[in-house]
Amino acid sequence: MKPRHKRALIIIAALAVIGVAALLILNALNSNIALYVTPSEVAAGKAPQGQAFRIGGMVKEGSLKRDGLTVHFVITDLVKDIPVAYTGILPDLFKEGKGAVIQGRLNPNGEFVASEVLAKHDENYMPPEAKHALEQAQKNGSTK
Amino acid sequence: MIPEFGHYALILALCVAIIQGVLPLVGAHQGRREWLMLARPAAQTVFLLLATAFVILAWSFYINDFSVLYVAEHSNSQMPVMYRLGAVWGGHEGSLLLWVFLLSTWTILVSQLSKALDEFMVARVIGVLGLVMSGLLLFILTTSNPFERLLPAAQDGRSLNPLLQDPGLVFHPPMLYMGYVGFSVAFAFAIASLLSGRLDAAWARWSRPWTTAAWVFLTLGIALGSWWAYYELGWGGWWFWDPVENASFIPWLVGTALLHSLAVTEKRGGFKSWTVLLAITAFSLSLLGTFLVRSGVLTSVHAFATDPKRGVFILIFLVLVVGSSLVLYAIRAPKSTMGGKFSLSSRETFILSGNVFLVVSAGSVLLGTLYPLLIDALHLGKISVGPPYFNSVFVPLTAPLLVLMGIGPWTNWKNSDLLRVIKRLWLAGLIALIAGISIPLVMGEFTWLAGLGFLLAFWVISSGCLQIIRQAKVGKPTRSFIGMQLAHLGIAVFTIGVTMVGAYQEEKDVRMSTGETVSVGGYQIQLKSVNLVPGPNYQAMRGTFLLSKNGNTEATLYPEKRNYFSSTMPMTEAAIDAGLTRDIYVSLGEELSDKSWAVRVYYKPFVDWIWGGCLLMALGGVLAISDKRYRIKLKRHAA
Repeated sequence: MKPRHKRALIIIAALAVIGVAALLILNALNSNIALYVTPSEVAAGKAPQGQAFRIGGMVKEGSLKRDGLTVHFVITDLVKDIPVAYTGILPDLFKEGKGAVIQGRLNPNGEFVASEVLAKHDENYMPPEAKHALEQAQKNGSTK
Repeated sequence: MIPEFGHYALILALCVAIIQGVLPLVGAHQGRREWLMLARPAAQTVFLLLATAFVILAWSFYINDFSVLYVAEHSNSQMPVMYRLGAVWGGHEGSLLLWVFLLSTWTILVSQLSKALDEFMVARVIGVLGLVMSGLLLFILTTSNPFERLLPAAQDGRSLNPLLQDPGLVFHPPMLYMGYVGFSVAFAFAIASLLSGRLDAAWARWSRPWTTAAWVFLTLGIALGSWWAYYELGWGGWWFWDPVENASFIPWLVGTALLHSLAVTEKRGGFKSWTVLLAITAFSLSLLGTFLVRSGVLTSVHAFATDPKRGVFILIFLVLVVGSSLVLYAIRAPKSTMGGKFSLSSRETFILSGNVFLVVSAGSVLLGTLYPLLIDALHLGKISVGPPYFNSVFVPLTAPLLVLMGIGPWTNWKNSDLLRVIKRLWLAGLIALIAGISIPLVMGEFTWLAGLGFLLAFWVISSGCLQIIRQAKVGKPTRSFIGMQLAHLGIAVFTIGVTMVGAYQEEKDVRMSTGETVSVGGYQIQLKSVNLVPGPNYQAMRGTFLLSKNGNTEATLYPEKRNYFSSTMPMTEAAIDAGLTRDIYVSLGEELSDKSWAVRVYYKPFVDWIWGGCLLMALGGVLAISDKRYRIKLKRHAA
């Protein structure tokens, strides 16, 4: 084989690997992305149907109820409330009146069934997604 | 007064670093010998000044000087001394000080151990490191001064985040940073050789052990971080594809590619431009990692207080470094890209293929990490890319690497007879096939992914063993050969751990009252009691669990739920009974209404092999560095 052909072959092989990777990536991105939605948007019916998504907001004071391993609480952006159910052990930093980000889907009764409650690692730290939801709600509230 | 000395030392260090960055480079360009001579003393001065600053900050922590803002925010008089010292790098400002201190440590090591190298080269390398140092010191002084005062002084500090009060804090960050920062040496060698136009095998031979050393530290740093997350964060996972983890893993992947590409450049003089490009990329990605972690654009355990000024500064610095290196690369990179001739069935081809897979998988991880930021920046909404993305992209891209790993070491440089290689490897293939089918069946359930994992792992192991036996018959194998085999073996051991945990772990969240038993992975775990116990700066609820198998008690486990006095946040301390073939992991959730507890019980088969594999890789790297050919060179020149 001539060196020129050889180089072409190597480049084609490398491009093939990149092509396969691109296919894998596009495919994976399509099915594995979770959208962030604010409680107001969920209340307005803007949440993706039949697909997992994330909600950021505050855990409403006094809303936490335990039922064995299942916990019920309300996540809010201070304008709209969304009821949430989660089965399992909550992260250390989960607290009423603090920010939280949860992933899961809506059930037919309008309750958000969480598959994951995300742990934030510092008590003085507010997840930007939760902050974003509060700011968004405030902005909309003042213009309406 | 003392903290002001620290601040003063930092300012002086910046001045000297600018001298270290500018004069030797200009001197080398214009052939002024007296300016070249400044490189070493300047580097030594910077090192002394930074060591002073570092010791002063540590001292402020030691004596609880809460008039220093950084100390007041990250320490507390009740914290044990070890964590007070670890807290030096427990926050943003201090960890950057650690960064520059380690950078100057690498600089000193290079300047001391490179006496045999020609002085123009050394001056250029030290000069480039000096420029990087100046940029980072400027960053520290303008946006993140660790010696800023808090007046009036605080009565007591706010204490360190309880999550960080763990021996992991003392080792993980310095190790990881040694690796990150270490790539700056490979980068400096690459830039220096571009500047001088002397991009030859000697350059590769010099920068190879340094790159390997950085890679060893990075490997250990990442492994330590993973292990820490596993036992301390209370989640029991070993890798979460958290953006910050990715930020350290992407440079590792590119660094691994660089190691292999350097081998070709050293032995065959090939792949020169590719190697240089990888060296630039590895260091740029380390800087990008620092930017991602420190700018607060990512939410994670490592994100400290956010300050947009900082993010912008690092971003500008990053653009400057990457931009100027790439321009230099475009002008100076050698035009002959492939170097010496080689056939398609040569070791060069195998290393090149491995490189392609490593770089492409690094790219896919980078894409998944940056994608949410990109979407957010374009105001297309807020999204998150989760572990399923990474698993489904990363696994198919890295599996071929293990196939190559079994064949590559058997091939010769330039040209080799693939048919003969295959004839020698049929046994390895057979062993791999048997392992891939039988191990999942023994474990109780066959899945294709588990089968593939064991197949690949045993392919690498048996191919490596066959080659070691063969080599031992011919003569004494070199250390770099053993190092290479050991590192590849480490990958296989790691793969076994990952496959076992992925396919056969059991995770249970249960409600338990005193006396109740739960069984997991063939073990029984009984809750004996939960008691209140005091700690140095916390109070804990400590559970007592009895671990038994077939009626024989194997261990007693004491997981804790701690309440630190300085914080309102509770802290889960898992208890682990570790073993060669399995870990049993117990952690306490919350106390439920009826006096029972939520308890998390995990059975993790072979999980310690994950970190064991990393340790083997690092050990392999150390052996490769200690190879005779690097030492002989040193001795000859020293004499």
